[in-house]
Amino acid sequence: MNLGFPFLLADKNETFWFPAQASTFAKEVDFFYWAVLWICIFFFVLVVGLMITFVVKYRRRPGYQGSSLAEHNNFVEILWTVIPTIIAIWIFARGASGYLDMVTPPAETLDINVTARKWSWTFQYPNGAISTQLHVPNNKAIKLNMRSEDVLHCLFVPAFRCKNDVVPGRVHYLWFQPIKEGVFDIFCAEYCGERHSEMLSKVTVHDVAGYEAWVADAAKPPTEPVAWGRWLYERQGCMGCHSTEPDKRIVGPSFAKSFGTTQKVLTGNQAGDEVINEAYIRESILNPSAKKRVGFESASQMQSFQGKLDEKQLNAIVEFIKSLRDGAPPAGTQ
Amino acid sequence: MSVVAKNAEASHAADAHEGDYLTHSRGFLSWALTLDHKRIGIMYLIGVMTSFLVGGILALMIRAELLTPTQLFLTNKQFNQVFTLHGAIMVFLFIIPSVPAALGNFLVPLMLGAKDVAFPRLNLCSFYLWVVGLIFFIACLLITGLDTGWTFYTPYSTTTEGPVAWATMGAFILGFSSIFTGLNFIVTINTMRPPGMTWFKMPLFLWATYSTAIIQVLATPVLGITLLLLTAERLFQIGIFDPRWNGDPVAFQHFFWFYSHPAVYIMILPAMGIISELMSVHSHKTIFGYTLIAYSSVAIALFGFLVWGHHMFTSGMADVTTIVFSALTFSVSIPSAIKVFNWLATMYKGTVQLTTPMCYALNFLFLFTIGGLTGLFLGALSADRHLHDTYFVVAHFHYVMMGGTLVAFVGGIFHWWPKMVGKMYNELWGQISCLFVFIGFNLTFLPQFVMGTRGMPRRYARYLPEFQDLHIMSSTGAFILGFGLFIALGVLIHSLMRGRKAPRNPWGGATLEWHCSSPPPHYNFASAPTVNEPYDYTPLAYHDEEHGWEYHQPNVRPTPSQSHPVIAKS
Amino acid sequence: MSATEVLDAPHHAEHGEHHHNPFQAHHFDDPEQQYDAGKLGIWLFLVTEVLFFSGMFCAYAMYRSLHPEVWEFSSRFLNPTLGAFNTGVLLFSSLTMAWGVRCAQLRQAKGLAICLTLTLGCASIFLGVKAIEYSHKWDLGLLPASMYTIQSTVTEHHEGISKWLVIFSIIPALCLAGFVGWWVWAWSNNKKAIADIAGPFAITAACYFLGVLFGMFFESGGDKEAHGPMAAVAHATVAHDSHEAHDEHATVGGSAGGHGTANAADASVDKPGGAGLFFSIYYCMTGVHALHIIGGMVVLAWLLVRATKNHFNEEYFGPVDYVGLYWHLVDLIWIYLFPLLYLIT
Repeated sequence: MNLGFPFLLADKNETFWFPAQASTFAKEVDFFYWAVLWICIFFFVLVVGLMITFVVKYRRRPGYQGSSLAEHNNFVEILWTVIPTIIAIWIFARGASGYLDMVTPPAETLDINVTARKWSWTFQYPNGAISTQLHVPNNKAIKLNMRSEDVLHCLFVPAFRCKNDVVPGRVHYLWFQPIKEGVFDIFCAEYCGERHSEMLSKVTVHDVAGYEAWVADAAKPPTEPVAWGRWLYERQGCMGCHSTEPDKRIVGPSFAKSFGTTQKVLTGNQAGDEVINEAYIRESILNPSAKKRVGFESASQMQSFQGKLDEKQLNAIVEFIKSLRDGAPPAGTQ
Repeated sequence: MSVVAKNAEASHAADAHEGDYLTHSRGFLSWALTLDHKRIGIMYLIGVMTSFLVGGILALMIRAELLTPTQLFLTNKQFNQVFTLHGAIMVFLFIIPSVPAALGNFLVPLMLGAKDVAFPRLNLCSFYLWVVGLIFFIACLLITGLDTGWTFYTPYSTTTEGPVAWATMGAFILGFSSIFTGLNFIVTINTMRPPGMTWFKMPLFLWATYSTAIIQVLATPVLGITLLLLTAERLFQIGIFDPRWNGDPVAFQHFFWFYSHPAVYIMILPAMGIISELMSVHSHKTIFGYTLIAYSSVAIALFGFLVWGHHMFTSGMADVTTIVFSALTFSVSIPSAIKVFNWLATMYKGTVQLTTPMCYALNFLFLFTIGGLTGLFLGALSADRHLHDTYFVVAHFHYVMMGGTLVAFVGGIFHWWPKMVGKMYNELWGQISCLFVFIGFNLTFLPQFVMGTRGMPRRYARYLPEFQDLHIMSSTGAFILGFGLFIALGVLIHSLMRGRKAPRNPWGGATLEWHCSSPPPHYNFASAPTVNEPYDYTPLAYHDEEHGWEYHQPNVRPTPSQSHPVIAKS
Repeated sequence: MSATEVLDAPHHAEHGEHHHNPFQAHHFDDPEQQYDAGKLGIWLFLVTEVLFFSGMFCAYAMYRSLHPEVWEFSSRFLNPTLGAFNTGVLLFSSLTMAWGVRCAQLRQAKGLAICLTLTLGCASIFLGVKAIEYSHKWDLGLLPASMYTIQSTVTEHHEGISKWLVIFSIIPALCLAGFVGWWVWAWSNNKKAIADIAGPFAITAACYFLGVLFGMFFESGGDKEAHGPMAAVAHATVAHDSHEAHDEHATVGGSAGGHGTANAADASVDKPGGAGLFFSIYYCMTGVHALHIIGGMVVLAWLLVRATKNHFNEEYFGPVDYVGLYWHLVDLIWIYLFPLLYLIT
């Protein structure tokens, strides 16, 4: 922390105004921003300067007699209509051409599928690898095909200066070309509910070899069921709402110390007791609103995983939850 | 001071039996069932100020919570509810009715030299619709759980829990309140102008109100049907906006912004009207470029209908549509720029008096210039790609809505306060309040521009620690701003209790409302007053003993129907 | 406009004196200004109404252009005969309304009352037919998206009077009973002024059931396989009548030759997000329109009361004129709705 003085905020990567320039768009956006900023400063100083001058010069005071009739002046009126118009046209044109670059991906792109849900991101790579953080190679054009499972989201990478909404029922695209290796923030910029502000992720820009190594490794899920279950837990969005620490509530019930216990559930409006066993967990994943845990009814907006997970994967998740029955983090997984 | 107060009370008592509109009749029902536009205006004024208080407290809660990156005292859910209600209350209950319904109701017939608006009962009806809408929102506040954001974007709003249907029905009802007010003003201004008041002899506030009324009448019904469909979506899942049934959430955004962008001009245009009046009267100089200002109001109103798409630059519209909307967006910036230059030129060679209303008008000019100019970044597509849905947007629209409309509204209240209640207020404290508002406002929202460019998204309950310093600055500013507004409120309440009796014309205004006594009699004018130029100050002269301005030749001024003002000797 | 406003202002005696009619509001200079203000006001109000509906027309246009096949499939379930009948009814009511305005201008209080009664009656018939249409569709599960029942799997055949129709008819029945009772009471107590109001109200309520009967007649035309000439005509003109498409649910499996080719398309659109969306829009548009009819009926009833009190004359007929304009607009909107919803082929 630095005494609340914003000029000290600029670290070696960032200017006062902007995060690092990590994509090909950044240069244009920043230049354009500065150009418009200087235009604005010019007009602002003009307006406020004149305002202060007039207030001081023509203030009511003894011995000063102001005029009360306006002198009409066509010349200045035309002047201050035409000049702003020309400037506005320039700003529009430059902005539009920059925009066209930002929405027109080149022919050769690396396509990554993105799934957004409350409140996590899943990235799926061409070789089948799945991750919750985005990994991309440097200096390659990347195209994200984005879908949402529930509500509106918006993938925003400040360092890349680009964002696009993710709309359920549609596929939206976002392309960029990183020019700087490092780790940058991903935000959700479209309000999506309770944990909107925690729907954060990171994008890691590797060199090409590093990316290849990473993606090859990420495509191999563990084979041991508990570890596989955790692997899926981290990548299928479970982690956003269910914790693995006993009694820690994020949105839904914690996975820890739950297997084998008896809980009150609501079936429709019917209250009853239910043992948390394999069958219950399986049903709750495939049809989350069938039997709602009492105390978590309002949180039960979980989407069904019917068709998204096969039986082996379901089984792995059940095993993972089972392994957490004593609350201790399961051994042998990382 | 006490002598002044006694005199004021005495003169007030002397007035009472002659009956200005405040004392014309007494009792709760004489207010609740009144058809008098002035009383309805006052009731609106109290109502919108109360709403502002509630919305403002919610705003301070947001700013307090954002002092730390982690939870301070609001959970995520509560934070979402607080910002939703802050937005909804400020937009639907405060800003939209503030100038048109509160000040407009009071002033439109007076400025026209008419006895009332065209449909007084419809006018009362729209006030009560506003009250019903208020009740719906209070219900939301009490039930809690409305967490959709004031924009009610689907499908979040159709799936979340909480009283969404209550809020949308509330906004629906408020929409009709707004439509009826607008309709009333259009008809009033069209049909009830006195002989001699041509369109181009109308005060600019009326031009602004008229343009606003056009937007209210043309845009609000679309919001009405959108909210009705949304309510149906909530209650029956009709699927029009819900992807589960093949509906399109982006369609909702189009529907919503088709109203809500023109609504931005419902908010700012009347404020511009106020500034035109304030600048001219307190510079004691004819407004510069009357025709251009009048036309630019209408131009803004019409262009305002064509630019709704700029709220959706990242929503996935076709590229051509996006570019066209960007171009149209810039077209609306020109009339606004023209107005700013005209206001400046109005001061040139005038006699500027730094009264409280003028301080607020200059404050407006400063803040609105920033608000307008930062709009250029957001209208430009490539920059918007980065800035959309960040704090930059938040700061931009607060500079326009709050720095523009609210500041103009407060300035307008101080300007017409003597006319409304017949009391003067303490100038020094009025100016001090303006200073606090100025400092507090800029401290609150300037850092938010920087947060925005650095990538801080809006509507975040938690944030990365790197933004904390800027958030602390912003929150500090918010409390200073709140303090400034409380001083302003205190000045007004003090004036109500101990203010000096106001003269007929304390500022030297030449529009017709300054021709009747302060406060005006029940029936404003006995016969249509003689209309002169609204910004011709040459026949006015300051009378020291009255602390007010009078016409040189008494016959120029029309005789009000009731009494001459009792002149306070202090 | 208001007598009370004038009474409110006794010290403004000068105003009360030169009023020719008691309904001139104090704040207008003369009746002409008042009339002009009202006229401009109602026109603006109509503009807002048009814009209000325009939102739904936009939604209609958008989804129809996205899914034309859905629209074609779904509109087969609407009965054009009923739609056409209702269009005729509303057109006739527009005529009686316009005639009523003329009567008001000519001080023909009785003529005005008759015209208003006819207009109200037509509105009731319209609603009666609409009740038949709605209840019939609800029985079949032709509901908005989330509640839509897939038609190719419907096996039940609905017989007898729909429970929805009964629910719709409760209020009209209560009104009918109440108004008839009121009328009898007024008549037997020799209160002619009240009987003049209660009578038309009772007729209005009765017209709802007339509309229901008409509706039943036209709606059942297709069910009873060409019994009688009228039903045959109805059957022939409505080749793609709803009943073929769903009552004999085999249709979608291919009973009539004409449907065979459309089967594949039907299966894909016959689902909650397909045809269901059409019905969402159908209910929104016709429902909001019906609400406007009901609102119009309330105002017409108010006019009727004032007409029996002889309030209108050549100088003061504004309210009749304004309501007339509103009524024509409601009629006009239906004239757009009818082809857009019923006649898609």
